[in-house]
Amino acid sequence: MSAILEVENVTKTFGGVVANDSISLSVPEGSIIGLIGPNGSGKTTLFNSIVGYHPIDGGSIRFQGKELSHLRTPEIARLGLLRTFQQTRIFGRMNCVQNMQISLPHVHDNFATMLRKFSPEISERAEGLLDFVGLYAKRYLRAEDLSFGQQKLLEFAMALMNRPIALLLDEPTAGINPTLINGLIDRLKRANADFGITLFVIEHNMRVIMNLAQHIYCLAHGELLADGAPEDVQSDQRVIDAYLGAH
Amino acid sequence: MNGPGKMGLYLGLLVAALVIPQIPVLQPYLIQFAFLWVMILFAMTWDIMGGQMGYNSFGNIVFFGVGMYATAVVQRDLYFTVEEYAEVAGGEQAALTVAEYLTGLGLGMATGAVLAVLIAAVLGSGILGLRGHYFAICTLGLGIAAGELASGWDYIGAGSGLVTPLLPDELGERGPFFYYVFLVLAVITFTVLKRLYAGQFGLAINAIRDDEDKAEALGLHATRYKTVAWCVSGFFLALTGGVFGNLVIFIDPTDVAFAGPTFGVWMVLMAILGGKGTLWGPVIGATVFHVTQEFFWTYLFGWQRVALGLLIVVVVVFFPLGIVGWLRERWPQRFGEVVDEEARRVQVSLEGER
Repeated sequence: MSAILEVENVTKTFGGVVANDSISLSVPEGSIIGLIGPNGSGKTTLFNSIVGYHPIDGGSIRFQGKELSHLRTPEIARLGLLRTFQQTRIFGRMNCVQNMQISLPHVHDNFATMLRKFSPEISERAEGLLDFVGLYAKRYLRAEDLSFGQQKLLEFAMALMNRPIALLLDEPTAGINPTLINGLIDRLKRANADFGITLFVIEHNMRVIMNLAQHIYCLAHGELLADGAPEDVQSDQRVIDAYLGAH
Repeated sequence: MNGPGKMGLYLGLLVAALVIPQIPVLQPYLIQFAFLWVMILFAMTWDIMGGQMGYNSFGNIVFFGVGMYATAVVQRDLYFTVEEYAEVAGGEQAALTVAEYLTGLGLGMATGAVLAVLIAAVLGSGILGLRGHYFAICTLGLGIAAGELASGWDYIGAGSGLVTPLLPDELGERGPFFYYVFLVLAVITFTVLKRLYAGQFGLAINAIRDDEDKAEALGLHATRYKTVAWCVSGFFLALTGGVFGNLVIFIDPTDVAFAGPTFGVWMVLMAILGGKGTLWGPVIGATVFHVTQEFFWTYLFGWQRVALGLLIVVVVVFFPLGIVGWLRERWPQRFGEVVDEEARRVQVSLEGER
C-alpha cells in the first residue's frame, strides 16, 4: 500500500512550547491508522498542522504527493483531506438535513453554484447518511438540540457527505455512551471498507483504538515515542510509562 | 403553513399593499407608508449580514449614502452643469420632463448600485477577514468616515448638501409615486432574498454564522460568500438610497445620506426586534418599529426618543431573539422542527431486535 499522507519532520512551536518536535509518520491508502498519547502530547496540534489550521515551523506534509504545508484549511479540505473536531463542531441553528446539505463537496463551487438548490438526490443522500448514523428520525431538529453524542454522530455523517479521500478524526468516541461506541466503531469500519475512506484517528479509548486501527503511532511531549501494530504498542513499556506519568 | 396557504398569504399582502394608495383616508399618509417600505428595506438588507451571516455591520449606511449621492449627481450632471444647477436649485428648482427625470433616476440608481457593489467588494476583501466584534467595530468607522468625506467634497455640495430634481407634475403626487417605487423595490428585494436563502447561498451564510471554522474545514469558500453577501446588501441599499434622495429632495451628508445615528442604528434595531436571521423577522420588525415610532412622535412628543429607548431595552431584555425568533422558540414544531415519530419507532424496534 502506498502512503496517501506523509508527514516528514514536522515541527510546531507555540512560544517556548514545542508542541510537535520533528514528527514523521505515514498513512497508507485505505488504512485505518491510530494516533494516541497522553493529554497535551501534541496530537491535535499535529492534526491542525496537517489540515493547515496553522502554519508549521518546519518539515513537510504531503497528501497524494501534493505538498500541503503552504495551503489553507479550505483548500486542503477541497483536495479531499477532511478533519472532525475534538470539541464537536456542527451548525447549531440549522437542522440536520441542512447541516448535511452544506457539507457537500465544495471543490467545483463557483458563483453559479451559490444559487443552487438542493436536488432530491442530494437530500436523499443526506437522509441516507443520517440514517447510517441513526439520526434519521431527528433530521428536522436543530443540531444544537441534539445531545452531545448525537452531535458527534452528525459531525461524522457531515464528513462522509463531503466525500473525503481521507478523514482525520479527533476523538470520535469521546462523550459517547458505551453502548453507542460499538455502533460507531462498526460505522467507522464500514466507512473505511465500503466508502474506501482512509482514516487517521486520535483516540483515548484504548479498547476502541485497539479494535479499530491496523497501525498505531504514540506521541508524548511532542515527540514520536513509538509506533507499531496495536498489540505491540499496547505492551510497549515506554508507552505505558508515558500514560502513567513515569519519566 | 402549507403551500397554497402561503401563496394566498403572499398574494393577500401584495394586493393590500397595492390597494392602500386607493383608500381615501390613507392618502394623506402615503409618504409615511413609503417610509415604511424604506424601513423594511433597511432591515432586510441589514439582516443578510447581521442576521443570516452573523456579521454585525454598522457601516451599511455607507451604501445607502453612496446610492443617494450617485443618483443625485447623475440626475444633475446629465442635464446641467454644476453652476447652472446651483442657480436653478436656489430658485424655482430644476424642471425636468418626465423622460429626463426617469432617465436620470434610472441611470443614477444603476450607477449607485454598481458603485456600492464595488465598494462592498473592495472593503469586504479588506475587512471581512475580521471576525465578530472586530468586524463590527471596523464598520462603525466607515459610516462616520463617509459622512465626513461627503461634508468636505464641493462637487457633491459638501456640507451644504445637494438638492435633487423635483418630481415632474405629469408623474402625479409625490406620495403615490414614491409609495409604488419603494413598494416595487421592497417586493423585488424580498423575492431575491427569499430565493437566495432557499439555496446553497443561504445555507452557506448560515453555516458561517454558526461556525465559520467548521465551514472552512468543510472546504467552503467562506470569504467569497461573505463578500457576495455584503455586495447584495450594498446593491439593494444603494437603490433604496437613490430613490430616497428624490423623496426627501434635500440630501444632507450626515443627517440624511450617511445618517449612522438614526437610519444606521435603526436598521440594526428593526432586524433584532423582528428576529435576526429569519425571512419575515426584518419585515415585521420594521413595521412594528415604524408604527411605534410614529405613534411616539404623535402622542409622546418631546419624550419620543426616551420612549424609543425604553422600547429597545424591553425588546432586548424580554425578546432577545426578536418576534419571529420568540415564536420559533415557543412553537418550534410550527417551524418544522419535529421528530419523525414513525421513523423513530422503526429505529427503536430495529435496535430491540439486535
